[in-house]
Amino acid sequence: MTQTHESAAHDHLKFYQVGSFAIGNRLLPLEVRSVQADPERNNAITSGHRACQGCGEALGARYAVDAAFRAAQGKLVAVNATGCLEVFSTPYPETSWRIAWLHSLFGNAPAVASGVAAAYKAMGRDDIRVLGQGGDGGTVDIGFGALSGMFERNDDVLYVCYDNEGYMNTGVQRSGATPPAARTMTTQAVGEAPGNPFGMGKDVPRIAMAHEIPYVATATVADLHDLEAKVTRAMEFRGARYIHVLVPCPLGWGSSSHDTIKVARAATQSGLFPVFEAERGDVTAVSRIRKRVPVEDYLRLQKRFAHLFTPERDEEVLAKLQARADRNIARYGLLGPDGDIEEGIAARRDELEGEGAQ
Amino acid sequence: MREKPFAITLDVGSSLANHTGTWRTERPTYVHLMPPCNNACPAGENVQAWLYEAEEGNYEQAWRALTADNPFPAIMGRICYHPCQTACNRAELDEAVGINAVERFLGDEAIAQGWRFHQSETLSGKHVLVIGAGPSGLSAAYHLRRLGHEVTIRDLAPLAGGMMRFGIPSYRLPRGVLADEIRRIEDMGVTFELGQRVESLEEPLDAFDAVFLAVGAQLGKRAYVPAGEAAKIVDAVTMLHDMEGEEKPQLGRRVVVYGGGNTAIDAARTAKRLGAEEAIIVYRRTRDRMPAHDSEVREAEEEGILLKWLSTVQHADAGKLVIEKMELDESGFPQPTGETEELEADSLVLALGQETDLSLVEGLEGVEIEGGVVKVDERMMTGRAGLFAGGDMVPAERTVTVAVGHGKQAARCIDSWLRGEEFVHPERPALATYDRLTTWYYSDAPHKARPLIEPARRQGTFDEVVQGLDERSAMYEARRCMSCGNCFGCDNCFGVCPDNAVKKLGTGAYMYEFDYDFCKGCGLCVEECPSGSILMVPEEG
Ligand SMILES: Cc1ncc(C[n+]2csc(CCOP(=O)(O)OP(=O)(O)O)c2C)c(N)n1
Ligand code: SF4
Ligand SMILES: [Mg+2]
Repeated sequence: MTQTHESAAHDHLKFYQVGSFAIGNRLLPLEVRSVQADPERNNAITSGHRACQGCGEALGARYAVDAAFRAAQGKLVAVNATGCLEVFSTPYPETSWRIAWLHSLFGNAPAVASGVAAAYKAMGRDDIRVLGQGGDGGTVDIGFGALSGMFERNDDVLYVCYDNEGYMNTGVQRSGATPPAARTMTTQAVGEAPGNPFGMGKDVPRIAMAHEIPYVATATVADLHDLEAKVTRAMEFRGARYIHVLVPCPLGWGSSSHDTIKVARAATQSGLFPVFEAERGDVTAVSRIRKRVPVEDYLRLQKRFAHLFTPERDEEVLAKLQARADRNIARYGLLGPDGDIEEGIAARRDELEGEGAQ
Repeated sequence: MREKPFAITLDVGSSLANHTGTWRTERPTYVHLMPPCNNACPAGENVQAWLYEAEEGNYEQAWRALTADNPFPAIMGRICYHPCQTACNRAELDEAVGINAVERFLGDEAIAQGWRFHQSETLSGKHVLVIGAGPSGLSAAYHLRRLGHEVTIRDLAPLAGGMMRFGIPSYRLPRGVLADEIRRIEDMGVTFELGQRVESLEEPLDAFDAVFLAVGAQLGKRAYVPAGEAAKIVDAVTMLHDMEGEEKPQLGRRVVVYGGGNTAIDAARTAKRLGAEEAIIVYRRTRDRMPAHDSEVREAEEEGILLKWLSTVQHADAGKLVIEKMELDESGFPQPTGETEELEADSLVLALGQETDLSLVEGLEGVEIEGGVVKVDERMMTGRAGLFAGGDMVPAERTVTVAVGHGKQAARCIDSWLRGEEFVHPERPALATYDRLTTWYYSDAPHKARPLIEPARRQGTFDEVVQGLDERSAMYEARRCMSCGNCFGCDNCFGVCPDNAVKKLGTGAYMYEFDYDFCKGCGLCVEECPSGSILMVPEEG
């Protein structure tokens, strides 16, 4: 092989076979590879934790915390709400955490995180960064007052919500993040309108935006590069920041343990879960849908929606769920360029890689 | 020991003490499946493996991986009908990978850089005679030499190449390329005895440890066409053969070629280049039934070759032919209609197939002939011990690539036989079908076609029609490969494991290891592996 070839190819050819869709890629330049591709990554949650097989929350938390850990150059303290993430990682006296980590109660994680940030501020340690984290129950329901206060005061905390759309650790009860029609222990698939009723629930990323905090973003375990880019971006700000990560739960959703990422991908590609970023209350970027699928492709992977297909198809409810997805698509311009909304990382990636195709 | 806080009685420990691997009922395992391209290659190339090297710009390694199976990438990259691309899984996503174009790039690069084959270290002391210096014979000689045998190759023609030289026109295969790739085999120490007729096989069978017979099918099939005395009728094989001599064939202004295979197309395109104003192909069935390859037909049409379907030549006379119209019956066979027309023609070229010259084996003890070809067993040996045969003279599809594959196969069988062993085919792994892939991960990337020279510029010249890809495009095309059934080092398994139960050992394919102490057997890595290179297998007990 001649020298000219190597340099020529690597300098000018920007098409990488799997590009940045895969976790790593031997062809990608080092500086664009993900944290998770690094054999020396921190592994904030180490092996031996007791999360279910294929748990999206265990995965999403490692993705997010490792990226925050890198951005903070290792000086990171995490405050955890009660929930699966806490329970499966720290059965006394064992812990899976390889970072400074604190747990207090179910509903007070944002308040404790605010307190930790205030303490470091008082100590003059602005090099130590604070991460708050919890499940959707701990975040959008019981911890919500504390969270809103943290936003309002613009406390210097990055708060990450791992949304598995229910109170999973206590046996799958409905939360304010449970989607309509989903079956949970407290919204059984029986009666006239089986599953979780329509017209309830909260859209916390948008509520967070309404606080006009520096940074709000959504992400999923199906797009690692996007998730890492958002955590990294969030860490560039001071003040209150919020990232809402969709993390499928095989147990609570009735999906196969091997389908966790596939389910999350279907959530984004159907439009049911919009992936975007916002700064000071305005959406600044969206991840466009790359291969659009009908909501059915998402729903069918999960037993919590089985009653929509058996004994017969519930066309009315399916149409209503599709309408929810379509609304997101329209609201965030998930299918294409939309005036002033900048293209998300997915579109920037096309640009990065498209070159070879000319 | 440090005093413990209030209500704490146990020391803090790591969850690493908790071996969650005990939860598992199935374990993920890395596998190597058979990519469809490799599976379809008549020469048995490991296409996926050499594309992997090319993706990184390791062209020499790519070339070495390729030539482990086929010594002729520059030739293949021009004349192979690439069944690999027909089989390529990427066709289901957007378009097949341009494997053939990358192969040509590697072949041309090897010529430009002067890469040579490595000599085999140890010699066996055995001497094999190869009769026929066509693709099959040359390939056998090359592989036998790699296996450490002494090889002599004999051919009646004054130059090596067989049909690659005397059958395929130079606008498809420039002779310089052919010569370069043959010279490389010569440089390995293979003895070429050209311009020598082998009169009988008895003497060589005595003098050599084994003989490989690969004389091809060089006789044009003679169909009876009633003709007037002054009619000019030639067969395509002879005509194309004469192109290599000093005296080019004289065919006149209007040339009709009779037949529907690749040879018919070659003859018509050659006639046009020799100055014929009109070259017409007459074929008794319809275009979709033509055995000729689609791209050849397309290029011929672009060059102004006319095609006349459902027609047979009924009578040939000086300057004209009588053509009879045909129609297809229910079973798709052409039947005469009785309707005729006249066609002006200064010459008629017959391209109705080829036959093998069997004079060498006729009457040879033990050798069986069936349907005009030599019978061989699954080890490619004829009924006569030590006499092997391959290429166009045994029953098989007649393409250069099939012949090259026969050469390799024969070399392996001969090698085993010489060592008193029986050649056993390595077991074929399961096919890496499209449904095993997770194609989400592959970047969107349309296929990059090779440029052609303008049809107007092709006439009257034997310049090569299809151009090569430049380095950048070749690498781009290589990177479109999805690496079906084989790891290519994307880190997905390493990244998606919620239990950190995959260890990354380095960069590149199969540089991972499962940590079964902690793998819970969720199967996420299997599902998210783009290339389908991980399978779940049940735990024992
Ligand atoms: C004040 C209080 N109420 C109830 C509980 C019981 N509890 C523990 S975890 C949990 C649910 C957690 O749900 P979520 O925050 O969504 O996390 P997940 O387990 O789903 O990850 C509940 C109800 C508690 N620990 N404290
Ligand atoms: S219940 Fe759901 S969130 Fe909790 S450990 Fe199991 S899979 Fe993870
Ligand atoms: Mg939850």
